Amino acid sequence: MTQFFQMRQEIGLTAVFLLMFVADLFLSEKHRNLLHPTACILLALQTVLTARPEDVTLFAGMYHSTELASALKTILSFGTLLVFLQSTQWLNRPDARHKTGEFYTLALSTLIGMYFMVSAGHFLLFFLGLELATVPMACLVAFDKYKGNSAEAGAKFILYALFSSGIFLYGVSLIYGAVGSLYFEDMQLHLHGCELQILALVFVFTGLAFKLSLVPFHLWTADTYQGAPTAVSGMLSAISKGAAAFALMTILFKVFGRMAAQWELMLEIVIVITITVGNLFAMRQKNMKRFMAFSSISQAGYIMLAMLGDYGQGSASLVYYIAVYVFANLAVFGVINSIEQQTHGKVLRDDYKGLYATNPKLTMVMTLALFSLAGIPPFAGFFSKFMVFASAFSQGHYVVVFLALINTVISLYYYLLVVKAMFIDTSEEPVAPFRSSPYMRISLVLCLCGVLFLGLASGVYTLFTTLA
Amino acid sequence: MGYTIFILLLPLLSFLLLGLCGNFMKPKAAGITGTLSTAAVTMLSYFTAFRYFSAGRGADGIFPTLMPYNFRWLPFNDTLGIDMGVMLDPIAVMMLVVISTVSLMVHIYSFGYMKGEKGFQRYYAFLSLFTMAMLGLVVATNIFQMYVFWELVGVSSYLLIGFYYTKPAAIAASKKAFIVTRFADLGFLIGILIYGYYAGTFGFTPEASRLMSAGMMIPLALGLMFVGGAGKSAMFPLHIWLPDAMEGPTPVSALIHAATMVVAGVYLVARMFPLFVGYAPDLLPWIAYIGAFTALYAAVVACVQSDIKRVLAFSTISQIGFMMVALGVCTSTDPHDGGLGYMASMFHLFTHAMFKALLFLGAGSIIHAVHSNEMSAMGGLRKYMPLTHITFLVACLAIAGIWPFSGFFSKDEILAASFGFSPVMGWVMTAVAGLTAFYMFRLYFGIFWGTENRELHAAHRPKESPLNMTLPLVFLALVTCIAGFIPFGDFVSSDGQAYHIHIDPAIAAVSLTVSLCAIGLATWMYARDRQPVTDMLASKFSVLHKAAYNRFYIDSIWLFITKKVIFRCISAPVAWFDRHVIDGFFNLCGKAAAWLSEKIRPMQNSNIQQYTIWYLAGAVVLVLILLF
Repeated sequence: MTQFFQMRQEIGLTAVFLLMFVADLFLSEKHRNLLHPTACILLALQTVLTARPEDVTLFAGMYHSTELASALKTILSFGTLLVFLQSTQWLNRPDARHKTGEFYTLALSTLIGMYFMVSAGHFLLFFLGLELATVPMACLVAFDKYKGNSAEAGAKFILYALFSSGIFLYGVSLIYGAVGSLYFEDMQLHLHGCELQILALVFVFTGLAFKLSLVPFHLWTADTYQGAPTAVSGMLSAISKGAAAFALMTILFKVFGRMAAQWELMLEIVIVITITVGNLFAMRQKNMKRFMAFSSISQAGYIMLAMLGDYGQGSASLVYYIAVYVFANLAVFGVINSIEQQTHGKVLRDDYKGLYATNPKLTMVMTLALFSLAGIPPFAGFFSKFMVFASAFSQGHYVVVFLALINTVISLYYYLLVVKAMFIDTSEEPVAPFRSSPYMRISLVLCLCGVLFLGLASGVYTLFTTLA
Repeated sequence: MGYTIFILLLPLLSFLLLGLCGNFMKPKAAGITGTLSTAAVTMLSYFTAFRYFSAGRGADGIFPTLMPYNFRWLPFNDTLGIDMGVMLDPIAVMMLVVISTVSLMVHIYSFGYMKGEKGFQRYYAFLSLFTMAMLGLVVATNIFQMYVFWELVGVSSYLLIGFYYTKPAAIAASKKAFIVTRFADLGFLIGILIYGYYAGTFGFTPEASRLMSAGMMIPLALGLMFVGGAGKSAMFPLHIWLPDAMEGPTPVSALIHAATMVVAGVYLVARMFPLFVGYAPDLLPWIAYIGAFTALYAAVVACVQSDIKRVLAFSTISQIGFMMVALGVCTSTDPHDGGLGYMASMFHLFTHAMFKALLFLGAGSIIHAVHSNEMSAMGGLRKYMPLTHITFLVACLAIAGIWPFSGFFSKDEILAASFGFSPVMGWVMTAVAGLTAFYMFRLYFGIFWGTENRELHAAHRPKESPLNMTLPLVFLALVTCIAGFIPFGDFVSSDGQAYHIHIDPAIAAVSLTVSLCAIGLATWMYARDRQPVTDMLASKFSVLHKAAYNRFYIDSIWLFITKKVIFRCISAPVAWFDRHVIDGFFNLCGKAAAWLSEKIRPMQNSNIQQYTIWYLAGAVVLVLILLF
């Protein structure tokens, strides 16, 4: 029992989940509105109260949460909190109102799944976490199930996820065949790179590559982001990716540590293809949600660069990148969401023409977040990009870094297209001036602070370095 | 010298204040806030320069390098980290004076020029941001801090070029400037990464032993940094953004695209100069060749432009070429033996900043009066705008290198350094100097003499600009008259020791003769009311004239590379693939489903199948790659 309670973050989150579940059951129709503040406050409490990073190994190594992993879990919780803040307006619509509680419980359970993904020490627990993170997510994607594209997106997501889980499990079973154990710590000795193990490596890798939407395992991404409710797309793009990236790094280093030569080659190929394909597709997108889908694909490629470094520097820069990325990406999705709700479904780039004239503050948030995503100093995105580049560079992956750098210039082009639409183009019928909901405004201010100060406050990166 | 931090903080505060509360302020109040903070910065800079140079040299005869502020901002690993701070050495202090002076003049001038513009407050906020970024760049204690401010300068330049955001040309220009320079900065960033890892520091004075053992990596890093510098300083073939950047407000052109930002590349090379000389001596001549070619090329193009701001833009490119040449021809750090160019380059940077800002502000005053950039709308303006006329003439004489104006002295040093490098280089640069005199006086006569556009001037009589615009002109003209007599070598030289500038009579005589002949030619061709010679030449060499007018089609070539090659050949097929093969496949399935009635099951099925095939194919290919 004492061991059990050392999983403070997971216990806290489960408690929040149960409380929300009970609240959803017992709150009368009249008091439904109370669900929003309850969810936000409870999650905020969980985030803050369990934020102390510590290294815990439980159940004979089945559960292993490093200090960095617990820092990452705090970031994920905080990101989910931002998503919650951004979803209230959407959930208050008449067609979604009765499902408010479901949204919160589903979102919290995917978060619990991600927690177990990043702190698993055993493939079984890892797989449970992976599935727990995926299945409720599919429900969230199909949340507006009476809208054709949301249901379609959900179906595509779950089918694709099932397929990738199958391949992943196949890989795990190969590992079990080779090693005779599923504990991560047993793997180092036995995995050395024979053909069977390469097969296992690739299969396990693809299972996570699907979640990270690396090319060519990304095909679900654009359709799903476009169809899913915007708040859920935001969660998929930032939170889910962050957890998957960290889990992948843990597996590559801890399980396949001795096969580094093989997976480094694999990563190099996948990174270059992912960034390039993501960028080239992003250039041509007119729908903002599809656009952000491809942008997030290329961002995933940059995150992967961190894994080419050594474990200490690499994992610190990975977590740092995720932290920065969560803020910037959720800022963009927040603005998209807010405009979509206000105008009943406008999500095309052309709809954003002349936005600066009518909604200057939203435009500024969007612009700064896009600058951060493009990696322009002094915004946080520049520093996070720099860290992952430096991390890959220090291990001699010059060609990949160079190609990635060229891609940052391409990405600047398409991010500027959006900025141009908002500031410069004029429109016959621009989005009318409006005030977003107070929840949304809080979340956008928090995101903006992250974008502006996470880079300049050097303490953040230093903290991750000491934890790594 | 702890107060130097305020040189950075004041403009930052003014930017924050104007940026956040600008819309609640009256335009005039916003302008005054920005101007006062810049004036304070200027005073502080002068005071710093005075204190720094009057404190005297150290025991080794060199002005000491001071670091009033420096803190470890981002520890990277145990040894490597990024610092932020303020560093003062002779060239940094000189740049402080240049930037704050020009910035103050532009602030004052803009009161008149931008009067009544929409977004006046925003304009002053961006000016403050730019000033802060540029000052931060020159006092950087390490290459990384320099890079951060370098990009910030780029951002503020982007914002200011695109200030007239209703003009499509301004928008296109701002984007072009941003993306071209970012592209060059790529080289800079890679250079910094390589430098950091091999030198073990981002500072400017790494341990010699580490550099020696790094072998070819240090020249590579320096070369890549030069690419970044070449982008910012508009060296051929990355110069294409600068002429277009003239779409911004004219005072901005004066500040950013003439006096300060565009010389950042020169400053970067000067900053890394000891390393260039010590560890990459083979690179320097290439810098000289690129600089010389750029200078020549831009001078030729400037001869046939009809937009006065574009003539000035090309003249800026050409003059920066001069500065690069001066740095490139150095072979040692001893100013008496092959290191003269360093001092000459910095000297020219100083004088050029003043007279080029004067030219741009003068051009702004003219544009303000006739509401056009085209020379055809001008001619005979000397009667209407006497003050602008005189000050413009002073600047033209300075850039043409006529004694006793400042340009003469600095250009003479550059020519002396070039002749020291090789006679060919010396003669080429002398020829470019002649061309400079020619096109500047073509411009001068075209504006103030020549064929007057009487119709236009009768309809709208041009009049002299208000005092807040002419005052900066007069001030800069005075500086241009006396700056040449500053014993510049006493403050800045390649080895830090005092160097006494002396004019080489032979070189001075040659360059003066060439310039005077060129001015004479320009007078003969352009000063009169009718210009038969010009028209005859233009028609006789129409192909050459057209090519030069179109800037030898370099822009078109770039456009071809980016638009046609990258977009058409790579991006478009991929997008086509996405739209027609991937999307189209499913759409086709959908339509086929409608066609062939309900026999075919929902298209989702086929959709996902296709997706999973890609998935599986990806996995199999990866396995195959790893196995073989």
